[in-house]
Amino acid sequence: MIDSTSLTAIADTATQVAAIAGMNLSTLDIIGYIVIAVGVLFDLLGAIGLVRLPDVYNRLQSATKSVTLGTLGIMIGILIVEGFTSIGIKAIICGVFLLLTAPVSAHALSRGSLRFGAKMWKGTVIDSYGKDKLGGPQIETKEKKDEVA
Amino acid sequence: MRRIILCVLTYGFWLILTLPGGDRLVWIRHVTDWPIYIVGAVVAILAAVFFGGEFTHQPLSFLNPRRWLWAIVYIPVFMWHMLVANLDVAFRVLHPRCPVNPGIVKIHTDLKTDVAKAFLANSITLTPGTMTVDVDGDTLYIHWIDVVKDGTDIEANTKAIAAKFEKYLRRIFE
Amino acid sequence: MSGFAVYTIGIVVVLVLAAVLCLFRIFRGPTIADRMVGVDIMGILFVGITALTGIIYKLDFLLDVAIVLALISFVATIALAKYLERRTLDD
Repeated sequence: MIDSTSLTAIADTATQVAAIAGMNLSTLDIIGYIVIAVGVLFDLLGAIGLVRLPDVYNRLQSATKSVTLGTLGIMIGILIVEGFTSIGIKAIICGVFLLLTAPVSAHALSRGSLRFGAKMWKGTVIDSYGKDKLGGPQIETKEKKDEVA
Repeated sequence: MRRIILCVLTYGFWLILTLPGGDRLVWIRHVTDWPIYIVGAVVAILAAVFFGGEFTHQPLSFLNPRRWLWAIVYIPVFMWHMLVANLDVAFRVLHPRCPVNPGIVKIHTDLKTDVAKAFLANSITLTPGTMTVDVDGDTLYIHWIDVVKDGTDIEANTKAIAAKFEKYLRRIFE
Repeated sequence: MSGFAVYTIGIVVVLVLAAVLCLFRIFRGPTIADRMVGVDIMGILFVGITALTGIIYKLDFLLDVAIVLALISFVATIALAKYLERRTLDD
């Protein structure tokens, strides 16, 4: 297991490596930049999900989750790097705002798509909403040619 | 009363947004910044006058420490579920065959107030494999990326999706 | 070129790659709903890019731009969703 002394040693080593590479960074800066990098990777995963998954609802689901956490990670990383200056505080306000609004956009878009009549993927198991509100499940019966499955 | 509290909150938010920039750790302002205070005060008063009716009906419950305590407990729980959700998405997206088994299921909630329901819906959207599609009274329609069994059992769905958040949200908002 | 410059360029390149994937979905999307999902996600990605540019160049007004961009993106998505539902905008 990693204890606190080895963590400190790792952080010191990272600072020395950064100094050799021409950067003048503290431990907090390094942690912040790592958090930013993880957030950016989650953003990329969300975009890949947007391309690969089969229908509107699955795409919306993966993309909203990943991109929200990714952007929140970027904002938290900025807060860690900058500290409680005006940049850091504005970044965390922006992150919290995204955390509150991104699910609402996803909810509005998915309901709009269902009312609009965008069909669900043919592998869909159950559609309670279509059965209750729209007069029959909104599941497509045959696979289209241009679906990226 | 509601309008006064809304005015104070709006003015505080304005002060945060207009923090002076630069490298200094500035919580102290210059005397020459006085137009900022005047404009902020005017806008805050106007906002309180026009939009005070839209504000919550029990503003004093903001001051209840027990609710804040449960909110602070809720944040790490929520962040943990969110991280699990993203690892789950990463697995499904990077898997060569994209293993999804989607469907829209119904769940039932006991929460009464609108704010609590809104937070429950937001939490469900950001946690593993679920997304709120519509709210209709006590019933929530959830798009679930990996439906267990055939998804017709409302009680089992509720237990799997919403139960882990409801116990916290009930203490925070009700 | 210092290591920090390499790092920041790499991060912005990854974000732009994600935005290009969204563009692919916007051009390709079989239905109009897919395109709207792409636009929504791209808006959030641009908020992240703007904020990162703000700390790379130490320009704090770009964080204000990011907040406003998040706000406008949210309102635009809600309006598009209401349009998709074929309703009026007043509920």
